[in-house]
Amino acid sequence: MVTEQIVNQLKKIMESESRILTEKADLVSYSFDASFGTYFPELVLQPLSAGEVAGIVKLANEYKIPIYPRGAGTSLSGGPLPVHGGIVLDFSQWNQLLIVDPEDTVAIVSPGVITANIDKEAKKHGLMYPPDPSSSHVSTIGGNLAENAGGPRGLKYGVTKDYVLGLEIVTAEGEIIRTGGRTIKNVTGYDLTKLIVGAEGTLGIITEATLQLIPRPQASKTLMVIFADIVDAGRAISSVLTSGIMPSKMEIMDQASIAAVEAYEPVGLPVDVDAIILIELDGHPLAIEDESEKVKQVCLDLGARKVVIAKNDHAAAELWRARKLVSPAIVRTKPTKISEDATIPRSKIPEMFKRLQEIKKKYQVDLVVFGHAGDGNLHPNIITNIQDKEEMKRVEKAVEEIFATAIELGGTLSGEHGIGTMKAPFMEMELGEIGVEMMKRMKTAWDPNNILNPGKIFPVKGQRLVLVND
Amino acid sequence: MTSQLAYKETFDCVQCGYCLPACPTYLTMGKERHSPRGRINLVKLAAEGKISLDEISDSLDLCLGCRACETACPTNVQYGKILESFKVAKSESNQSPFIEKLALQNALPNKFWQKAAVRTLGIYQKTKLNKLARKSGLLRVLPERLRAFEEITPVVQPPKRKVRQNTILPKKAKLNVAFFTGCVMDVFFAKINDLSIRLLEHAGCHVTIIKEQTCCGALQHHSGDKSFTKKLAKENITAFEQAEYDYVVNSIGGCGAMLVEYDKLLENEPQWVERAEKFAKKNIDISVILSSLGISFEKEINKVVTYQPSCHLLNVQKVKDDPVKLITSIPGLTYLPLPQADMCCGSAGIYNIVHYEESMDILDEKMKHVHTVRPAVIVTSNPGCHLQMCLGVKREGLEKKIRVVHIVELLAEACGIEAV
Ligand SMILES: Cc1cc2nc3c(=O)[nH]c(=O)nc-3n(C[C@H](O)[C@H](O)[C@H](O)COP(=O)(O)OP(=O)(O)OC[C@H]3O[C@@H](n4cnc5c(N)ncnc54)[C@H](O)[C@@H]3O)c2cc1C
Ligand code: SF4
Ligand code: SF4
Repeated sequence: MVTEQIVNQLKKIMESESRILTEKADLVSYSFDASFGTYFPELVLQPLSAGEVAGIVKLANEYKIPIYPRGAGTSLSGGPLPVHGGIVLDFSQWNQLLIVDPEDTVAIVSPGVITANIDKEAKKHGLMYPPDPSSSHVSTIGGNLAENAGGPRGLKYGVTKDYVLGLEIVTAEGEIIRTGGRTIKNVTGYDLTKLIVGAEGTLGIITEATLQLIPRPQASKTLMVIFADIVDAGRAISSVLTSGIMPSKMEIMDQASIAAVEAYEPVGLPVDVDAIILIELDGHPLAIEDESEKVKQVCLDLGARKVVIAKNDHAAAELWRARKLVSPAIVRTKPTKISEDATIPRSKIPEMFKRLQEIKKKYQVDLVVFGHAGDGNLHPNIITNIQDKEEMKRVEKAVEEIFATAIELGGTLSGEHGIGTMKAPFMEMELGEIGVEMMKRMKTAWDPNNILNPGKIFPVKGQRLVLVND
Repeated sequence: MTSQLAYKETFDCVQCGYCLPACPTYLTMGKERHSPRGRINLVKLAAEGKISLDEISDSLDLCLGCRACETACPTNVQYGKILESFKVAKSESNQSPFIEKLALQNALPNKFWQKAAVRTLGIYQKTKLNKLARKSGLLRVLPERLRAFEEITPVVQPPKRKVRQNTILPKKAKLNVAFFTGCVMDVFFAKINDLSIRLLEHAGCHVTIIKEQTCCGALQHHSGDKSFTKKLAKENITAFEQAEYDYVVNSIGGCGAMLVEYDKLLENEPQWVERAEKFAKKNIDISVILSSLGISFEKEINKVVTYQPSCHLLNVQKVKDDPVKLITSIPGLTYLPLPQADMCCGSAGIYNIVHYEESMDILDEKMKHVHTVRPAVIVTSNPGCHLQMCLGVKREGLEKKIRVVHIVELLAEACGIEAV
């Protein structure tokens, strides 16, 4: 319980009282994220320094008050939801520090910096920060680190964890420590940096990060490949990758998403095909010129109906527009969208597509698939209406079956959105009892009083998937 | 449950947060409740009776209504409708109606309304603007901080008879258009209306001014007085139905936005909705028509020019490229885009008067970007923005370096057109 006495103590810790939010309108404004569930915190704090965070956590640890770190609240798995009340730490305003050091090719950032701004700053020095979740212009680097976010470029460049050299964190006891450093090579002791990245704020609070930047590719080129048959599309994806070419992006749209886009804003896509694949190549202009022809040939050899190569950046943007339109297009009939990110080995893409169609029929749900084909990180999206209780029950069952199928095909529950509250009930299914137990031991060692983001990742006994908001 | 609230519409919001970086009040205030996503959630909770209208008022009242969030939203949430529903619910509930609140906050500067009253007493009384003014400021002492507005409020320029009475048909009229004058605009910026008419004629249009037209209703609508807004809308629709026009042209971003949404305003009135739709479709901003017809220039303007779009022109009327196309076609001119031009300047109807401090924080952000461009001229497309930018320039002590003009003034200058 956050008592008046605690608030008074917090006033001494926080440098400004304007960053202590207690009004009801404020509290309810930090009760949600982009997934499901509404939980009201008792207090919201907007810290701007590691000192403030350390002070807050020390106090919370003493009184056993749950602490819920939050970035921009774009999590799709319930990550920042204050499920046990307590204090929400809103990091979105701590965006002041963003330094790019071109000599060491690193960026030093505070947790609230918006991810896309890091890349923008890097660009000024001919550098790049590759991780590009679609939400990168809104989500914070703190949230990206905690969820180990990834994006289309993950295929070639990897995900957030591949670009973290060092962190400053506040432990559950309120101590400030540094992990890793400023160099690519670093094998001193356990790799705590990688442990914290992807821990969803349950092991420590990130107050600063040192990120690796890389030289920016000079140019890029986009192709659109149309496949009448999903099996051909799957084979083409693998064949491109074994032909000595590493595209920077390979995105797929299924028939349902193509049809939705055409109904929403006709861009001239064929609606009678199984899939469209958008491929981006990046690198030296001459190299990608040559590679794009090769990719085209590989796809045509494998039965592609048509291949379009964008002539310039403008034409490329037009091709990508179709992909961008999927989101608004699919929510036109019903408002609620459930974005899953179950991920499977690349070779299982056609099989997964088939199984998803079966699930769609079995539970009579509106299911569309689009996502990162190159790395098997498909995004099956179910479109529904949260106010339709009966349909939501079927949706819950369909989602459960999607998870089970992904694991059965040798994949994973979550490629990038994290476990949070939503996927906690399925942890054992993927990791086994002992696997989960070993993770719990880590948690207890780092956070003995269970104050950091409690209620996440680990299911309570009998917990099931529920998709409701009240 | 408060039935006026647009409850159903709140479910279209998937809480993705894509609108946060586009929202000026989120940027300056830094709290989720001052963001579009936060506001939509608050309206939803209020509709469910989980929080009172009073408790969410601060959040919603501080919204600029700029609707940049709608442009940013990937799922087409109708934020305007949600906000408006709150205004209506609040003005209809017993909790101090919005107009009263204006009064309590010393809303409008005297001179503004006095000046208005001098010339267009008719329109002024007919449209309840007088009520708004009286309740809000006329009867009390002008607070210190409003001096700022007194100084930048332009002198009333009556419209030029000659321009308005001009019924000579251009030789071969390319288009037959009616001109929407607007009420506040025609008090303080009659010259801009006059120049607009001249420019339209210059571009080959036959222009008619319909006497029976009235206020667009935007100010009344934004204060939650829906029934009165509807009355004005019906008057305008009827007025412009008198004859067939290719378009109804205006040069006021904010009015245009109201006019193109008459169909939404009257969607629940079966005997009006069709007429409203027809009328709404005909309304067009002057920049769109001039850029499609093309105009010939006579004079070079050798200046560095930037453009601050009107939010309602951009986010509601979706007019983005035409003004820039026109500006850049002027000979001699150097156009430099204003960074984050799509952010509201903080004027937002009467927001800058009712919420002076908050508005100035937003204006300061805007001026930071102006400093990076160092223009000699800032072009605007709406009188409210125009005054706000004048104020911004003045606050930074840049009056001698930067001139603020309406796009029509700049174009007229380059075409060698004068008001008389
Ligand atoms: C439309 C849309 C598209 C998306 N696309 C992608 C995508 O392509 N790829 C992808 O990976 N994700 C995607 N996401 C999911 C989401 O954007 C990411 O998970 C993102 O990393 C969350 O960042 P955030 O700043 O919003 O953090 P929040 O959602 O606020 O929090 C996420 C987690 O981080 C923790 N956290 C936040 N800050 C800190 C900190 N300083 N220290 C410790 N823990 C912290 C929180 O407790 C929570 O567990 C998408 C979401 C939406 C709505
Ligand atoms: S209308 Fe403007 S100020 Fe209001 S929520 Fe939308 S973006 Fe923010
Ligand atoms: S962008 Fe649209 S859907 Fe997303 S939070 Fe804002 S209003 Fe809601």
